[in-house]
Amino acid sequence: MQQVKNIVIAGLGGQGVIKASDILADAAFRAGFDVKKSELHGMSQRGGSVSSDVRYGEAVLSPMVPPGEADVLLVLEATQVEVNRPTLRPGGLLIGPEVIEPGALRNRKSLNVALLGALSTALEIDQGHWIAAIHANLATKLHAINEQAFALGREGATRQLGQ
Amino acid sequence: MTGERLLLSGDDAVALGALHAGVRLGTGYPGTPSTEILETFDRLGGRAQWSPNEKVALEVACGSAFAGARTIVTMKHVGLNVAADALFTATHTDVDGGLVIVSADDPGMASSQNEQDNRHYGRAAAAPVLEPIDSQQAYDFTWLGLELSERWKIPVILRLTTRICHAKTVVRPRRPHQDAGALSFRRDIPARVMIPAFAKPAHRRLRQKLAEITTWNEAEGPIEEHQGSRELGIVATGVAAVHAREAAPEASQLTLGLTYPLPLERIRAFAATVDRLVVIEEGDPVLVDSLRAAGITAEGKPEQYRFGELNVARVRRILANDTSPETEPPAGKPPELCPGCSHRAVFETLRDLDCIVSGDIGCYTLGVLPPFSAMDTCVCMGASVGVGLGLRHVLPEDEARRVVSVIGDSTFVHSGLTGIAEMVYNPPATGHVVLILDNATTAMTGQQEHPGTGRLLDHSPTNRISFESVCTSMGVDNVHVLDLHHDAAGLRPLLEDLLARDETSVVITRQPCVLAAPKIRLYEKAAAEQAETQD
Repeated sequence: MQQVKNIVIAGLGGQGVIKASDILADAAFRAGFDVKKSELHGMSQRGGSVSSDVRYGEAVLSPMVPPGEADVLLVLEATQVEVNRPTLRPGGLLIGPEVIEPGALRNRKSLNVALLGALSTALEIDQGHWIAAIHANLATKLHAINEQAFALGREGATRQLGQ
Repeated sequence: MTGERLLLSGDDAVALGALHAGVRLGTGYPGTPSTEILETFDRLGGRAQWSPNEKVALEVACGSAFAGARTIVTMKHVGLNVAADALFTATHTDVDGGLVIVSADDPGMASSQNEQDNRHYGRAAAAPVLEPIDSQQAYDFTWLGLELSERWKIPVILRLTTRICHAKTVVRPRRPHQDAGALSFRRDIPARVMIPAFAKPAHRRLRQKLAEITTWNEAEGPIEEHQGSRELGIVATGVAAVHAREAAPEASQLTLGLTYPLPLERIRAFAATVDRLVVIEEGDPVLVDSLRAAGITAEGKPEQYRFGELNVARVRRILANDTSPETEPPAGKPPELCPGCSHRAVFETLRDLDCIVSGDIGCYTLGVLPPFSAMDTCVCMGASVGVGLGLRHVLPEDEARRVVSVIGDSTFVHSGLTGIAEMVYNPPATGHVVLILDNATTAMTGQQEHPGTGRLLDHSPTNRISFESVCTSMGVDNVHVLDLHHDAAGLRPLLEDLLARDETSVVITRQPCVLAAPKIRLYEKAAAEQAETQD
């Protein structure tokens, strides 16, 4: 059986952590994988820490990434890196907001999608599925700006993560 | 199966299941993690409505089911406490249309005041309990619950947890149910009027129904058996079942879907095939105690795993009987009142006046945290008024005078009204002051409507309950409305004045929730346009 890929996305309430995990889960779903994703929300929109787990592969059992087993930790806010580091497996990939150069985004609200662009360079999901997932999860008027953000993230990752 | 493949949260799967199964009415009261079920049901074209509280929601649902309509009612775990009075006798009645009561539990308390395990309600109220392991089962069990409910004329509890409600997993839906025949009232007095003369035989009938459901569960219930090693057998329920399959893929496992009444003979037969039997369940030792009471030798989990959610790592520890202390994950940033939130000015004032604050359930419970630290009690929905009155009755006068009850608008409708009746009926010698923080929405759960907003679940206009008129007619001595947006500074002198009097007072502070305000303007604009076209 193909191994399950574990990704944890973290940040603060209002940054679009859950939206990002929705897009990632949808992209993996469109690529034909079994997918599970889960998070705790409710209090989260009150600015507190938020994290969301996405798992995909041939067959996924638990919807939660076990501690220390995340292949990738994607963090939208620098202060949330240490809080979430225990979720990352040894040798796992950390993607932080510094991948995107300050001022490079037309709208800072699309940082979540920009970082998904960076993440996409580390995953085996076709770009077409990513774009379709972005379209399906965001209002039409936001498609263009988020596609640009996604492309920016891909470039940033290729440059900084050396992929 | 239609071949269609969807990625759905458990809440959305219940909504879709209800729609496809022909549910004609969905009722409920918002509560994390259950809220999205009715919102999605409405969005998909179902008829959904918020009730003032869970008890009323269940009563409306009972009426709908008595009339023969398939019905769901949704609430969070503590909501079922509010609805429990209806539940315990509804199980004695005969429902004609399937009635599924969705209870969304919150082990680990992501957004709740306790982590009660509502599986206890199955046994206590004699209601069958279904526990899905993922969104597919949430969808399937919504149908199954309705079918079982109709077959045995009994309300069925669909017990979800946070990781079912808010986890997205793949769902393959079935072809929608096409039967939408006309309804008409069928009189059946002994089955519906629970006076002792009818309730006594009804109780015997109820036990007979449960015995028949047990037989069905043993023979053809929703049980998944994974045949693995002989050394280790696991009996599991809910999301804990998928954690267990991942933690011990080599083990044999029996995953139960209908967990009350239990298929004990099926479990006994499974137990006989393994050397060691471990029960993996989240929360209280409900399942393991039942097995042991039936004489089945089974290990439960060490006490430390009763607290909080389970996950794969914790299940591995349970299976290894590891009772060493668990490492706490690093503390994240706690939630706080939003910038610009209207509650901020209120809690600053209460802090500055050194009030003893009897609090309630909602965003404003965050007033307990710094920089406000302005809440002294919080128990359950509506408790602020009664607890505040109790404090006033017995504290010495100088302290009693500092007691203020603080309650939100939706919570006030939910269960604050009876508190006001108590205040008018048994006024403390020093009087009392109740603050209704009206931010024009049920903010905490994601901005749902309620009877005080004048809008329905789908945000279209309806009748609005006026808090000031209600409080005045109930006989409160002083009723004030304060617009916080224009006069936040007026709160302090007003409170100082009212606290000094030996009278009963209600102050309604108004300012829409900052998150809801833009949407409220849109709803109001749409309503105005609608009214104009009708003129």
